[in-house]
Parts: sequence; C-alpha cells; structure tokens
Amino acid sequence: MRYLRSTLLAAAGLIAFLGFWEAMPRLGLINPAFLPPPSTLPAAFLREISLGIWPEAVVASLSHYIVGLAVGAGAGIGLGLLSGMFRPFEAFTAWIVRLLRPIPGLAWVPFAIIWFGVQPSAAVFIIAIGVFWIVFFATQGAVRHVDRDLIEVAQAFGFRSPLSRLVKILLPAATPGILVGLRTALGQAWMAVVAAEIFGVPGVGQRMMQASSLLSTDIVVVYMLTMAALYGLFDTAFVALQGWLLRWRA
Amino acid sequence: MTERPGDTPIIDIRALSLAYERGGTRNVILSNLDLSIARGEFLVIVGESGVGKSTLLRVLIGLAKPSSGRVRLDTRPGCRTPMALVFQDARLLPWRRVVDNVAFGLEGAGLSRAARRTKATEMLALVGLADLAGRWPHQLSGGQRQRVAIARALAVEPDVLLMDEPFSALDSFTREGLQDELQRIQAKTGKTILFVTHDIDEAVTLADRVVVLAGSPGRIAAEVRLDLSRPRQRRAPALTEAARHLRAELSRRSAEL
Repeated sequence: MRYLRSTLLAAAGLIAFLGFWEAMPRLGLINPAFLPPPSTLPAAFLREISLGIWPEAVVASLSHYIVGLAVGAGAGIGLGLLSGMFRPFEAFTAWIVRLLRPIPGLAWVPFAIIWFGVQPSAAVFIIAIGVFWIVFFATQGAVRHVDRDLIEVAQAFGFRSPLSRLVKILLPAATPGILVGLRTALGQAWMAVVAAEIFGVPGVGQRMMQASSLLSTDIVVVYMLTMAALYGLFDTAFVALQGWLLRWRA
Repeated sequence: MTERPGDTPIIDIRALSLAYERGGTRNVILSNLDLSIARGEFLVIVGESGVGKSTLLRVLIGLAKPSSGRVRLDTRPGCRTPMALVFQDARLLPWRRVVDNVAFGLEGAGLSRAARRTKATEMLALVGLADLAGRWPHQLSGGQRQRVAIARALAVEPDVLLMDEPFSALDSFTREGLQDELQRIQAKTGKTILFVTHDIDEAVTLADRVVVLAGSPGRIAAEVRLDLSRPRQRRAPALTEAARHLRAELSRRSAEL
C-alpha cells in the first residue's frame, strides 16, 4: 500500500514535470528552439533511428564506456590490491599518487589527443583515468580494512603465501568495498564518455555537439535522455549483480 | 588412547619464553615454560587473562614466534596441519557457506572439490549440524557458529586440537551443551586436545589434566589430574573438590605475586 502510494506520487511528479516542460515553450515563455517541448522528442528519436545515427552513436559510446571502464577498473583493482597488501609498495607510490591524483581526468584531454589522436582510444584513455582513481582508492581501502582475525584464520590453516592470502581472504573480504567503488565509477565514466566525445571522438557526445551547432535541440535532448536511460540500465544491472555477489551478507 | 609410561609426549615444550618490546618497555608474556602433552590427552590450561595462555596456543599454531625455547612435536611426519586452532570467536568466513567454511583448511591438501565437500559434510554431521551445510554464517546462532569452527578444525585431521576459550562468549546453556559435545567428540576421535579457559568449572569438567597458569609472566602454579570416567557428571563431588583445590592454589599464588 505504502509502496503503491509512493509509486503513484513519483509518477505524478514526473507527469507534472513533463507538463511544466511542455507548457513553457508552448505558451511562448521560452523559445522552442532553446527548449524543445517533450512532445517533439519521439519524432526526433525516430528520425535519428531511421537515419541509423542513433544506433551507431550509442554503440560507439558504449564501446568506449565498457572498454574504458574495464581498463580503468582492472588497473585500479590490480594496483589497489598491491598497494593495500604491501606497505613498501604503498610507500613507494605515495608521492606519485599525491602528485597525479588531483589532476582532473579532463585535464588529460590534450595528451589524449596528442598520444592517441581523435580516436576511440583517446576516449578510452580519458574514461579509464577517471575510473582508475576511484577504483584504486576503494580497493586499497577495502584491502587495508580487512579483518586481521580472518587473515589469521588463513595463516592458522597453513595458507601463508601472499597469493593464498589474497585469494582466500583479501579478495572476497574486500569485494563489498571494491563494488562500492565500481558503482561510483560507473557514473563517473558516463561523464567522461560525453566529455571525451565532445572533443570529436565519434559517439553520443559528438552527435550532441553537432546537433547543438545546428540548433537541433530536440536531438540534443534525445541523446541526453538516451544517456540517462543507458546509465539507469547499467546501474540497475550492477546493483543486481552486487546483490548476488554479496548474498552472503546479512 | 590414554598416556602410557614411556610414550613420547605429542607436544613437548621446553624453556619457552616470549617477550616483545613496545615503547621501550619489555613485556614478558611467557618465561621459561615447560609443558608436555601426552598423546590422546585432554589438557586444559586455566588462568586469568594476561597469563599468556592464548599466546602459548598462538606459538604452537605458528601465529607468534617464541623468543627462545623449544617445541618438539611428535606428530605424523609430513602432515600439513599437525595442529588446528579453534578461536574464541568462531571466525567463520562470512562469504562462504557453512560447508565451504568447514572445507576451508582442506584446500591446500590436494583433494578434489567433491572430496573436500564429502569430508566437510562428515565433520558437520559429527558436530550435529548436517542440516545447516548450505547456510551462510550470519544465519547461525553463536553456538552453531562455534560448532562449525570445531568442524573446520577437525576436518584437517590434526593430531592436536588447540582451543582458545572457545565457549567463553556463549551463554551458559549453550556452553554446557558444547562441553558435553566436545567430550563426546573426543571420546569418538581420540584427539589430543589442548584447551585454554579462564573458567575453572569448565576446566575440571573437561580435562584429563588441568594446569593452572598464574602470574605475569605466566608460570605453572598448580596441576591436577582427573582420572574420572566419561561422560562426566557435571558438579560431581570429585570435580567440585578439584575445582576447590585449584581455586585455592590460584588465589594462594596470586597472593604471593
């Protein structure tokens, strides 16, 4: 009952929002070229699909997203584990981390273009950097906070090598923390996708820039909503995966 | 399985000392401790907290290094896990189902997954938890968790079972239940058990021999042998008498120190 009511309220809120949005340009309060009413969006969406632009842009962006995420998360988890497990490694990298960490991912755009050109690999690079730091710190912290008592259990049963410590205790115990980092990275990476593509790498961001320079704002909004939908999809899938992986928790 | 004259002790500890430095002060936990445990013996070490009884177990299992002294084992040669430890808190791995927690120690033993599961299921049956094999640790009560920890330790077929105040965090009903259970398991498996507790009644209920550690660093203050048939009647006159004697020794020693 309570659930039903909050669902109804949420739907009502969304409808009110769309109604307000529709009314503003229709009543001439805002130039429709600056804010296209939502009723024009389905047509714009269908046009983009029939031209084959939408699928192409979405596939391109998704491939940047997924590859960038995989590279950044892989490196972040790997180095985070090393840093969390071995104090000397952490000490050795401490100042390097301090130097590089504050540099925003987007500040790497010039080098991304110089090194990779206006190519998908440049977008992957920028996305990966943003993801890397989030996942690196999440992993390092999670490993460091693993219950010492559980590590002792492994030792008491004869698992004394760093590798068996990692596999038997650290990795499973750190999984909840790593997953929290990954979920944050999932959102961060979307931001980086758009940013990277705005500089010309083919994809959703590039298409948005094209459309806005032609003042086709309906198309811009179509892609904005596309990104919201894709993010929602990924996040929902991730939360489901997380729930399954952490089903051992109370 | 009882000690016979001439048998070599399964564990022989000689002149064991353990000390560490912290902030310039030297803390002596164990000093010159001699102790031997016979094969099949149920030895209980009792003492107040801080006398080094847990440290002794940690040395035996390899979690702490002695400063000096010697521990000689007469366990099966080449055995990967001559001893297994049951901790005070069960310390189950929360991400493993009960059966996989029990199988944990077998994973370095070169057994197939199926063989490990079979062994683990057997051990769960031994501690009376066969039905809970598929549960997660957070779904168990404190007593059940500790049973799983005992099964996990027994699964590796150790020559000696080390137990570090394993029942002290449980309510008294559960504790007495597990004490009976442990006696039954020992009768069935003939394991040598080295059990540490601060509870004198628990000590006399379980032990073939009770050793009292007192002082700081801990020294052997008293020793009692209990040749009583099992299963034992809780608070039987002989046990009460032994407990009284141990209490008296303990307070006498504490007063001396």
